[in-house]
Amino acid sequence: MEDTMALQNDLTPVVEMKGITKHFPGVTANNQVTLKLYPGEVLALLGENGAGKSSLMNVLVGLYRQDEGEILVRGTPAEIHSPKDAVQLGLGMVHQNFKLVETMTVAENVVLGLKHLDFIPSFSEICRRINTISRQYNLQVDPRAYIWQLGVGEQQRVEILKLIYRGADILILDEPTAVLTPQESGELSRIIAQMIDEGKSAIFITHKMEEIKRFSQRVQVLRKGETAAVLETSKTTPSELARLMVGREVLFRLEKKICCPGEPVLEVKNLCASNEAGRPSLQDLSFIIRAGEILGIAGVAGNGQRKLTEVITGLDRADSGKVVIQGKDMTNRTPLDLIQSGVSHIPPDRISMGIVGDMSVASNLVMKEYRSEPVVKRGIFNYKEVAKSAKEKIDAYNISTPSQNTEAKFLSGGNIQKIILAREIGACRGLLIASYPSRGLDVGAMEAVRLQLIDQRNIGNAVLLVSEDLEELITVADRIAVIYEGRIMGEVPAEKADIKIIGHMMAGASLKGAAQAAAEAELGEDGI
Amino acid sequence: MMLLVQSIIAITIRAGTSLVYATIGEIYTERTGVLNLGLEGMMLMGAVTAFAVAYHTGSLVLSLLVAMSMGLVLSAIHAFLCITMRANQVVSGLSITLFGTGMASFLGQRLGPAENSFYLVGLTSVRFNRIAVPFLSDIPILGALFNQDIMTYGMYILIPLAWFYMFKTKHGLNLRSVGESPHTADAMGISVTKTRYLFTIVGGMFVSLGGAHLSLSYTPGWTENITGGRGWIVIALVIFSMWNPARAIYGALLFGGINAIQFRLQIAGAAIPAPVLNMFPYLATIAVLVLVTWLESKGKKRLGAPAALAVSYMREDK
Ligand SMILES: Nc1ncnc2c1ncn2[C@@H]1O[C@H](COP(=O)(O)OP(=O)(O)OP(=O)(O)O)[C@@H](O)[C@H]1O
Ligand SMILES: [Mg+2]
Repeated sequence: MEDTMALQNDLTPVVEMKGITKHFPGVTANNQVTLKLYPGEVLALLGENGAGKSSLMNVLVGLYRQDEGEILVRGTPAEIHSPKDAVQLGLGMVHQNFKLVETMTVAENVVLGLKHLDFIPSFSEICRRINTISRQYNLQVDPRAYIWQLGVGEQQRVEILKLIYRGADILILDEPTAVLTPQESGELSRIIAQMIDEGKSAIFITHKMEEIKRFSQRVQVLRKGETAAVLETSKTTPSELARLMVGREVLFRLEKKICCPGEPVLEVKNLCASNEAGRPSLQDLSFIIRAGEILGIAGVAGNGQRKLTEVITGLDRADSGKVVIQGKDMTNRTPLDLIQSGVSHIPPDRISMGIVGDMSVASNLVMKEYRSEPVVKRGIFNYKEVAKSAKEKIDAYNISTPSQNTEAKFLSGGNIQKIILAREIGACRGLLIASYPSRGLDVGAMEAVRLQLIDQRNIGNAVLLVSEDLEELITVADRIAVIYEGRIMGEVPAEKADIKIIGHMMAGASLKGAAQAAAEAELGEDGI
Repeated sequence: MMLLVQSIIAITIRAGTSLVYATIGEIYTERTGVLNLGLEGMMLMGAVTAFAVAYHTGSLVLSLLVAMSMGLVLSAIHAFLCITMRANQVVSGLSITLFGTGMASFLGQRLGPAENSFYLVGLTSVRFNRIAVPFLSDIPILGALFNQDIMTYGMYILIPLAWFYMFKTKHGLNLRSVGESPHTADAMGISVTKTRYLFTIVGGMFVSLGGAHLSLSYTPGWTENITGGRGWIVIALVIFSMWNPARAIYGALLFGGINAIQFRLQIAGAAIPAPVLNMFPYLATIAVLVLVTWLESKGKKRLGAPAALAVSYMREDK
C-alpha cells in the first residue's frame, strides 16, 4: 500500500502494523493487514461489522496475539504481549464495550492498574488531578461518582479521561460515538482535535460517514479482514467509501410506498410510569399507530423511551393509563401475553436483552418458536426442524456466521442484530417495536435493517421506531413524535419534518415554539 | 451475672477466631473472582497436620507453617484447575473438600505414635495457651478480650490489616477489579491470572490457619471431623460480611456467640436442641441477603458478590 500523502513519506509512522493475520475458530479476522499511523493525524478505520477492525486494534494493544505479522512503534519493533506493554508504549484504547468496573468510582477506574501509583493512593490528590483535566478539556465528570450511576455518555467521558490521565499519546477509539447523542459526539470531536493539537495521534473507528469527514485526515477501509483501500479523507465521498466497504452500492435514500394506514394496532392512552427512585418517567403520554404505518419516536436518550417500550412489551409496569393492542387492553400484562398478542421487540441493548450469548445462533433464532410445532413436538425439541428453521433465517437475512452452532456472542454486532431481526420479524403478528435498531451497524447492515422495517409496514404491520438518528427517522418513519421528559412534545409527518424544528423539540420546546425558534435562527443566519 | 457475660464473651471470641481466619482467607479468594468450596477440606488438613507436628516436635511455629503449607498445596491445586484449566469452580472446590476430609481422617490414623497404634485421637500436645494482657485483662467484662491465645491476638491485628489492604492500597484496588471485571482489569494492565493465583493461594493459607486454631487451641487435640462443618459456615459468613474483611468479625461473633450461648444453655439444661441453634447463622445470612437485595433495588448502593465470582477468564474469549 503506498502512502497517499506525499508529505508524510519521509515521516516515521508512530504506529506501523505489518502483515497482521489473526485467526479465530472458523474465521480469519485479519488477513495480512498493514496499517500506518503518522504523528499528529487521525486515521479513520472503516469497515463492515465483522470486518476485523476491533480485532486489529486489540492486537495493537496486546489483548489479542497476532498469528503473523509485526508491529513497529515509533520506528522500533515492539513486542506487545499484554496491555501492560502497550500502556508502556503510550498506547491507549477506548474499547467498543467499555472497560470500566461498575462498582468502583470514576477516580478508582482512572488509576486502576497504574504502575506508578503509590502503595496507598491518595484519592483526594487523584480527584484534584482529574478535575484539572476535566477543566482543561471541558470533560464534565464527577470523579467520586460510581460508574453504575453514570449514563453511557458520561461513561464515555470517563474512558477519554482515563486515556488523558494515563498519558497515552497514541489514542485508539473504537466506535466511541456509537452510543453518544449528536451533541455529545460534537463535544468529542472537539476534545480529539485538542489532543491532536498537543501532538497526539489517533485511530478512530466509526460507521458514521459524516464523522469520518469531521474527525479524520486519512481513512483506511477494511473488508472481510483485508485492507480494501487507504484514502485521503478530503478526496473521497461517502458513497465511494460505502462501496469499498460493502462491495456494492449502498442506498442512503430508501424508496417507500405511500403509507395507507388501516385499523389502529397500538393505542397508548394517558400513560404514566415512574422510575426506581419514584420520579415520573412517562407523563400522560398518548399516541396511536395504525396498521401499515411507522411512528418514529425522536428524542435524546433517557427521556423515557426505554420505559415506554418496556411498558408496551410487558417488561415494566405503568402506574396509570392504558396500552391497547389490536383492540384489547394489554396494560401491565406479562411479556408472554404480549408476545402472544403479536408484539415483537427489538431491544435497545442487543447483547444483554436481545440474545443469549452462550447459546448457539440456531437456538437464538428459534427462541420464539419453541412453544409450538414444528420446532417442538410433544414438548421435545426436534433438532432437524430447528436446524431447518435456522438455516432459512440465516439465508433470508444474510447472517454471516461460521456455523449454526457457533455461540451467538462470537458474531459481530451487525450479525447479532440480524439474528434478532430475523427472530422478531419472523414472529411479528401486528406490532413491531424497534429501539435504536441500527445503532453500531455498518451502512450495509443499516440499510438492511431499515428495509426490513419498511417491509413490515408494507405488509400491514404497525411499527414503533425509537431512534436518536433523525436522518433515520425521516427516511424510515411516516410520522415522527418527539419525546421529552416522558411527554410527547408534538408530532409531525416525516415528509414535512424539519431537522431543526425536531432538534428544538428534543430540547423541550413545543411544536409551535420550536418552529418559531427555528425560523428565528434562520433569520439570524441570513442576517450574517 | 457479670462473670457469666464475661465468660460468654471469652468463649465467643475463642470460637470465632478460626472462623475469622478462614472467612478473611475466603474473602480474599472470592474478591478475585475465584470461589473455593474446598474450605472444609483445607481446614481439616490444617487441623490434623498442625496437631501432628505439634505433638511430634513440640514447636507451635512449625505446626502453623506446616498447616499453612497444606492450605497452600490444596488451594494451588484448586487454582490450577480453575484458572489454568478453566474447570468448573464448584466441582473443583467440592473435590478439594472431599479429598481434604478423607485425607485428614486418614492422616489422623497414621501420624500418631506407635504406642497409640499410629492414631492421633486422644493425644495431647503443646497448645496455644491464654496470655492475659496486664491491666487490660482486668477491665470488667471487656477484659475477656484480653485473656486469649496468641492467634486471637493475631486476629485482632489481621482484621484491620486485611481491610486496609483491600480497600486502601493499590494492590487491593487491583485485586477487587479482577473479581468485578477481569476484562477491564486485563485491559488496564493487571494480570488476571497472577492475581487470581496469588490470592487463591494466600486465601487458602489463612483458611488452614483457621483449622490449626481448632486443634491447637479451641478444642485441643485431634478428633474426626473436628471442624464440625465450620468450612461450610465460613461460606455463609463470607456472604454475611458482604465480602468485607472488616465485617468478618460480625459473622464470626454471631456464630461464635451462638456456640457460647449454646454451651451455657446446655450447662443450664435448657431445652433448645443444638441443631436448632446451629441454624441461626444461616438464617441470619439469608436475612442479610434479602436486605442487600432490597437495598440494591432501592438504588442506594451496589453491594453483593464480586460480579465475576466463579467465572473463568481467558483473554481472547468474548
Ligand atoms: N474473541 C473472539 N473469538 C472468536 N471470534 C472473534 C473474537 N473476536 C472477534 N471475532 C470474530 O472476528 C471477526 C472480526 O470481528 P471484529 O470484532 O474485529 O469486527 P469489527 O470490524 O470490529 O465489527 P463491528 O463493526 O461489529 O464492531 C468477526 O467474525 C468476529 O465474529
Ligand atoms: Mg468492533
